[in-house]
Amino acid sequence: MDNQKIGDLLSTVATVEVVKNTSPECWLVPATSIAEVCQLLYHNPATYFDMLTCITGVDNGPQANAMEVIYHVYSIPLHQSLMLKVVLPRENPEVESVTDIWKSANWLEREVFDMFGIAFKNHPDLRRILMPADWKGYPLRKDYQHEETYRGIKIDS
Amino acid sequence: MKGLLDRQFENGGVIITRVDDLLNWARLSSLFPMTFGLACCAIEFMSTGTTVYDMDRFGMAPRATPRQADLMIVSGTVTFKMADRIRQLYEQMAEPRYVISMGSCANCGGPYWQHGYHVVKGVDRIVPVDVYVPGCPPRPEALIGGILKLHEKIRNESRVKPLALENLLQQNG
Repeated sequence: MDNQKIGDLLSTVATVEVVKNTSPECWLVPATSIAEVCQLLYHNPATYFDMLTCITGVDNGPQANAMEVIYHVYSIPLHQSLMLKVVLPRENPEVESVTDIWKSANWLEREVFDMFGIAFKNHPDLRRILMPADWKGYPLRKDYQHEETYRGIKIDS
Repeated sequence: MKGLLDRQFENGGVIITRVDDLLNWARLSSLFPMTFGLACCAIEFMSTGTTVYDMDRFGMAPRATPRQADLMIVSGTVTFKMADRIRQLYEQMAEPRYVISMGSCANCGGPYWQHGYHVVKGVDRIVPVDVYVPGCPPRPEALIGGILKLHEKIRNESRVKPLALENLLQQNG
């Protein structure tokens, strides 16, 4: 399915807009309708994006005051890749979880939560995955300041 | 015909030596390392155990529990998440116990020295280290070099009484 058709299909459930100069093509989706868009892409026989390969977070810093979550999906039978992007505010960023569509989203969303502090609504088990459970702060945020010590061991970086 | 040892010691099977020397010789000839690896250095540590490098010729057989191990080879990056576990494993080892810090990460944080928010900058912040082996990762020869350095250290030791437990009890009041 080509770019134009995917755009038309997505427009039936949300106001989307294409992100220029990306490979694979990327669609900017409103944060409130990401679950709906993913449902559509997963269930529609013409798209059938049956695999979620990656979820990444991006912090654009306090000046831009925006965080992004980027979903990489792939259709095994149709050999097609696609990116979806949502933009969130830096204060209490929150987006719907896609774990009920793709099981692989579970750990990927936990990682984004661990590194950026982005909360995923209706995630079955939203805990830190890489850092220790009692770690303070979200290390990949642009304004991250590390603590002096962790359990009595000096932190310097 | 007399055997090799009989020809060496023509004194009725009696050897006179110092107790320290005998104990140290016994200790350094059978250092049991703990089976335990943290990152890519562990691969080199494993290679050291293969037939090519043959760690066994120093009497070193990896043990799967800290209770039976004399030597902890910290082979790899020490993260804050792992730090508590390492300290606990070290405390579970019976004295005399030794630590080799293998590779740049365990020595000082290595490539994570800057911006490595998750890395302890040197395992010596958690447990006392006897020998540092530089390299990223060190080749098996370098690790063997470190082991031989540790042998030298043990050979000159004169320690009879284990102190760690007393120290630990004192620390915790």
